[in-house]
Amino acid sequence: MQLTGAEIIIRCLQEEGVEYVFGYPGGAVLNIYDELFKQEKVKHVLVRHEQGAVHAADGYSRSSHKVGVALVTSGPGVTNAVTGIATAHMDSVPLVIISGQVPTHAIGQDAFQECDTVGITRPCVKHNFLVKDVKDIAVTIKKAFYLAASGRPGPVLVDIPKDVTQALAEYSYPKTVSLRSYNPVTKGHAGQIRKAVQLLLEAKRPMVYAGGGVILNNASSQLTRLVRLLGFPCTNTLMGLGAFPGTDPQFTGMLGMHGTYESNMAMQHCDVLLAVGARFDDRVIGNPASFFRSDRRIIHIDIDPSSISKRVKVDVPIVGYVTEVLDEMLKLIESSNIRPDPAALKIWWGEIKEWQRKDCLKYDKKSALIKPQFVVEKLYELTGGDAFITSDVGQHQMWAAQYYKFDKPRRWINSGGLGTMGFGLPAAMGVQLVNPGATVVCVTGEASIQMCIQELSTCKQYHLPIKIVNLNNRYMGMVRQWQEFFYGNRYAESYMDALPDFVKLAEAYGHVGMKIEKPGDVEGALKDALAQKERLVFLDFITDQTENVFPMIAAGKGLTEMILAEEL
Amino acid sequence: MRHILSILVENEAGALSRISGLFSARGYNIESLTVAPTEDPTMSRMTIVTVGSDDVVEQITKQLNKLVEVVKVIDLTDGNHIERELMLVKVRAAGKDRDEMKRLADIFRGNILDVTDKSYTIELTGTGSKLDAFLQAMEPGVILETVRTGASGIGRGERILRI
Repeated sequence: MQLTGAEIIIRCLQEEGVEYVFGYPGGAVLNIYDELFKQEKVKHVLVRHEQGAVHAADGYSRSSHKVGVALVTSGPGVTNAVTGIATAHMDSVPLVIISGQVPTHAIGQDAFQECDTVGITRPCVKHNFLVKDVKDIAVTIKKAFYLAASGRPGPVLVDIPKDVTQALAEYSYPKTVSLRSYNPVTKGHAGQIRKAVQLLLEAKRPMVYAGGGVILNNASSQLTRLVRLLGFPCTNTLMGLGAFPGTDPQFTGMLGMHGTYESNMAMQHCDVLLAVGARFDDRVIGNPASFFRSDRRIIHIDIDPSSISKRVKVDVPIVGYVTEVLDEMLKLIESSNIRPDPAALKIWWGEIKEWQRKDCLKYDKKSALIKPQFVVEKLYELTGGDAFITSDVGQHQMWAAQYYKFDKPRRWINSGGLGTMGFGLPAAMGVQLVNPGATVVCVTGEASIQMCIQELSTCKQYHLPIKIVNLNNRYMGMVRQWQEFFYGNRYAESYMDALPDFVKLAEAYGHVGMKIEKPGDVEGALKDALAQKERLVFLDFITDQTENVFPMIAAGKGLTEMILAEEL
Repeated sequence: MRHILSILVENEAGALSRISGLFSARGYNIESLTVAPTEDPTMSRMTIVTVGSDDVVEQITKQLNKLVEVVKVIDLTDGNHIERELMLVKVRAAGKDRDEMKRLADIFRGNILDVTDKSYTIELTGTGSKLDAFLQAMEPGVILETVRTGASGIGRGERILRI
């Protein structure tokens, strides 16, 4: 039987087991929406802005390891989605974005709501397609899901002109698909793995540095076993939080620009560094030259060859899925009776403990003002460390990363690579939908939240009981912090004037709003909000305006050049 | 250092812009780029001449390999190779210049493809430096128009790029 292109699209999504499509209708996708309407298997979530659709699909994917799906119309639908697509691309999140396009005969005619979608999105997708023939829809969607989820994951966009969604074709969904030009190396090189294990077993000052790749590839249990077996210290990147349990005594905290003193010092002074699914980016290694040590050996496991030796030269590169490579390493170590020198490890741990004594995350607990760190600490205590935390971008993001201890992967959902303000709330919607009943908290600030605040309406429509923790310091806090440190306290345009009354705003959208102004009220308010299992609660915490994120490494500085709180 | 990358790529719309976009997005140099379908019409072969340190060229190769439509990439300058470029030059060929131009074309083993009473159009093939040398051998003001294809390259002997 022949089906229309639109019917084929929906059949494909059903075949892929897609539960939710996040989207927004428009002229070019009307046929697709009509088919969505006629069935119940694939549920549609109507966002209020296409950026929200892609972030929601992104949060859905990050918290569940499934491919997220978004559906947007041509022209402005796509351009609005670009921020979301670029966010997912930078953090390697598997998404399939289906976009409507003007009819094939109108392409290139400057038609209404036309834009060169494939051209605009090309640099921020893993791959994209323009489907010009209805016969190609099924195989293209199959390819899109395969590309999005395999190798180094990423967003894949499929642009489909309106006439193609109307045309008829025989439908059959391919079971598998292969591309001769796409064959990611998934299994690590055995010789390199042996070399790596040997280096690890001989290490005197070892360090394990694990990133988002561990979470994306579901390798947390392997990583945890390996680190515990060897007794090594382990740090996680911002994207890797939860890859190794945050409460484990071998965990030294996050590293990088706002990482802990002990993690950064250990990174700099180790003799063998095992990097797993991390990419030595500029917020981790601000200055590759000062990071370099001739007596340090670096092992780097990554699915993406281009991440290896891009910023930091490594000695033992291993390309493959981190799960498979860590499994192989564990096998070798477990079958060997050699273990790292315990005496050397003891001395090394002694040094690390000395660094830990700096207590670099301490802050003033007696302040009469609400300290943002205190709010996150309380949130951690009251949720038992078991909530899904999404965040926006800025100071609040760093405090959430520093003070909430993530014991499990996929619980910390943030835009690490692109640094997208406005990510937190829509991402939380996706997280809540795929984890019904779970506590989902969006830790945000009064600047970030306003970038996608319209999604409060979506939360109402779909009964998403997200808890919004707004650390409201009336500033774009991180911008203010840089202006204080590097621009002579000239706070150019970083003050958030004319803020709305967030309590009333939340109420206007049909939610619960609370304003908290005293440290003594923080715990009660959080408890109250968390107890409201059916409602979205917007907690507006009026926090200390002058608080800064410490430790801090200025851009381009070496790992040991940290600014600590007491030094100011 | 100058490198010649040979790339097999799916002969699909947009493949060229993915590759050229990669170079501009990541700030890599393109000295020349040539592309045409191979004996297998589903695949094109591209030759890119680029300049960069070994580290940069390693990154370029890895980034190219990451593109979904790229089938294979080799750096021809890693081994023995042949490099050729085609140039068409239209030169003034009147009066005393006319014989001189003919002689110069012969010396460089060029062919005269088109003749008018005032001009010659000369076809010349060779390495980029040979073509440069030809242009430099001209008296200033003699050249009316130049068009060059950019380098194409192939490995010597048994070195073969195919899938």
